[in-house]
Amino acid sequence: MTARRTHRSFVSYIDKSREYYAAHGYDQPYQWPYHHDVPFTSLPKPLSDCTVGVVTTATLPEHWQNLPEGQTKPAKKPYAESADPIPDALYTKDVSWDKDATHTDDLDTYLPLHRLQELQQSGRIGQVAPRFYGVPTTYSQRQTCEADAPALLDWCKADGVDVALLVPL
Amino acid sequence: MSLVARHLEAAGIATVVIGSARDIVEECGVARFLFVDFPLGNPCGKPWDVPMQQAVIGGALDLLEKAWQPRTTVQVPIAWELDENDLWRDRFMRVDDSNREALAEAGRERREQQQQARQQRDPGVAA
Repeated sequence: MTARRTHRSFVSYIDKSREYYAAHGYDQPYQWPYHHDVPFTSLPKPLSDCTVGVVTTATLPEHWQNLPEGQTKPAKKPYAESADPIPDALYTKDVSWDKDATHTDDLDTYLPLHRLQELQQSGRIGQVAPRFYGVPTTYSQRQTCEADAPALLDWCKADGVDVALLVPL
Repeated sequence: MSLVARHLEAAGIATVVIGSARDIVEECGVARFLFVDFPLGNPCGKPWDVPMQQAVIGGALDLLEKAWQPRTTVQVPIAWELDENDLWRDRFMRVDDSNREALAEAGRERREQQQQARQQRDPGVAA
């Protein structure tokens, strides 16, 4: 299919969210992170020998149960959870995804543990990490950089993770 | 999530971000980005479409193997609905004359709720 356009075809979420929240009366736009320099690590060994971890922005359903009185949502904290058995579902309702266009009833659309398990069985990857990891999106980039990311790194090292798939909803 | 990817990458763990918010990920700057031009929510493929999900994850692994420098973006050659992509693109977070007042009112209500919640937590907070 060929088309002519006056704007790029893919969505600019930076533009959309700025205009959306401005329309709500928030006059201080969110400051998105930008970096000139980007770190890069080459694949350390063949994928067929690698332990593969997967990271999601969804939370665990049990985090939403038995909340302290007066609290309507759990504190956003990173977590590591056993990947065996693979969970039926995670909690996604609090995350900003397109609830008009789709749903998250199929776990593998955002936490592809069954797909990775198949790839382990076929020998394409060495193994799936024993745990999967969650880093719920927070407004605070400081929390992400100084607390959440270091915690995740510690878990990945403990689990022998060589490569990581990061899947924001 | 891109900030987390950068942290892992700097510590020696090779990463690939699989996502649908291209501008956010690319502005932050990550080593490898597999762009899936879908509505937010299903970056690893459509629900219950196992072959598509396998293709997406396979693409992520290929990217891990083949990228030789940071900021490598690959767009997966799949479409949500080839003829109707602009519907979900335009609808998400839409702001126009039909909803402008409703959005402003929703914002006012939210700020009031937040203020009430703050006062309940700390009665000393000024109304």
